[in-house]
Amino acid sequence: MTEALSSSSQAVSDAREPEFPMSRGRCPFDPPPELERRLHDEPVSRVRIWDGSEPWLFTRFEDVRALLRDSRVSADTDLPGYPPQAPGVAARRKRAKAFISMDDPDHARQRRMLTADFMVKKVERLRPRIQKIVDELIDDMLAGPKPADLVQAFALPLPSLVICELLGVPYADRALFHRLSKVLISREATPQQSLDAIEELLAYLSRLVEQKLKEPGDDVLSRLATEQVATGTMTADDVAAMGQLLLVAGHETTANMIALGTVALLEHPDQLDLVRDGDPALIANAVEELLRYLTIVHTGRRRVALEDMEVAGQRIRKGDGLIAASDAANRDAEAFPEPDKLDVTRKARHHVAFGYGVHQCLGQPLARVELQVVYSTLYRRIPTLKLAAPLAELDFKHDMLVYGVHSLPVTW
Amino acid sequence: MKVVIDQDRCVGAGQCVLAAPEVFDQREDDGIVVLLDENPPEDLHDQVREAAQICPALAIELAG
Repeated sequence: MTEALSSSSQAVSDAREPEFPMSRGRCPFDPPPELERRLHDEPVSRVRIWDGSEPWLFTRFEDVRALLRDSRVSADTDLPGYPPQAPGVAARRKRAKAFISMDDPDHARQRRMLTADFMVKKVERLRPRIQKIVDELIDDMLAGPKPADLVQAFALPLPSLVICELLGVPYADRALFHRLSKVLISREATPQQSLDAIEELLAYLSRLVEQKLKEPGDDVLSRLATEQVATGTMTADDVAAMGQLLLVAGHETTANMIALGTVALLEHPDQLDLVRDGDPALIANAVEELLRYLTIVHTGRRRVALEDMEVAGQRIRKGDGLIAASDAANRDAEAFPEPDKLDVTRKARHHVAFGYGVHQCLGQPLARVELQVVYSTLYRRIPTLKLAAPLAELDFKHDMLVYGVHSLPVTW
Repeated sequence: MKVVIDQDRCVGAGQCVLAAPEVFDQREDDGIVVLLDENPPEDLHDQVREAAQICPALAIELAG
């Protein structure tokens, strides 16, 4: 209701209001109607963002891929013209810079410190542990009161426990990093709130890295402490910056895919039946399709042009801001026939929900295994699972950099 | 079909291993791509083509 009011008043009041990110329409799973219109009518166009700048917006599947793999574009948030996601993100960009906002060779050097931890074989070895956590969380939820909030009871604890164990962050401290993570991915956090949150999280992680130097365990932060900090190649603060990226990314993405994926399946009972009875191959396919259909990273991948160039037939000048809209690209009929249909049997592995190019999500094998275990277990163990509130009353994350639901009342 | 990989470009996303596990693997110490079969049999060609198409770093080239 408030959404509709604010978007219509926006149209008449101030022509200089930001145009992007755009407001969603009636269907909570579909990209904003204006974004879909641009995909069809103006696939490459200028769009005004919060700071008044007008970066180029790319919406077609092939154009998004071409842009994100182009070495003439930069992910360096410090370069003039780079279009920051939100005021809070802009305020902290010089702090906690990790490989996601670096170009090669610095990007590759940092990323390769972590690629072994997230490779397919390594993550497969975690599958039994992930299955155990999923089963225990479901046991606890079934033993508790109805209705339950699926986000707090299940969707958030699972990825939180998994990334904590992998990184070597005590799960007992979760209240602290859940609170800070929320501020860091908010579109509405003020610059000061964002700076305070990053300083608090970095201080916490730096202390942890210092502890790991003295008493290393079998985890990623210990390895970075002993291999990089002890040898003088990185400071504890550098490792903390990488740690905060992994911690926040590990939480906010998988948790939202679990909760929003569940809403989407409950709203598509025929697809839910297929998933509930599905073999591992169908489940793996369903994970790809839900990643495509929901594309929760919904404010675009941001870049800046390093030189005058042409992409997707568009002349771009050095210093122009660039936004690759993965959510639009994943609804491009050229790449996915009947793109607005959720079809867990379609071929969807070429989606760009994890981005594309050298910055494509490092943690994707982990996200895939977590989601495969969840989707193959939750609906089988609770076949009567249903929403405990009307779809229209759910609190969708329009205000966050990663889409999802703030809470999800369910019963069974 | 002849498969050529570029380990310097590889970013360890693991897409090729999921698409064609008989042809691609990842190095234990750093997750970078290793080629298991540079002349894969015909029944794997579709999977190998998919791996090359979805590789985010353009680290797989196909000839023939």
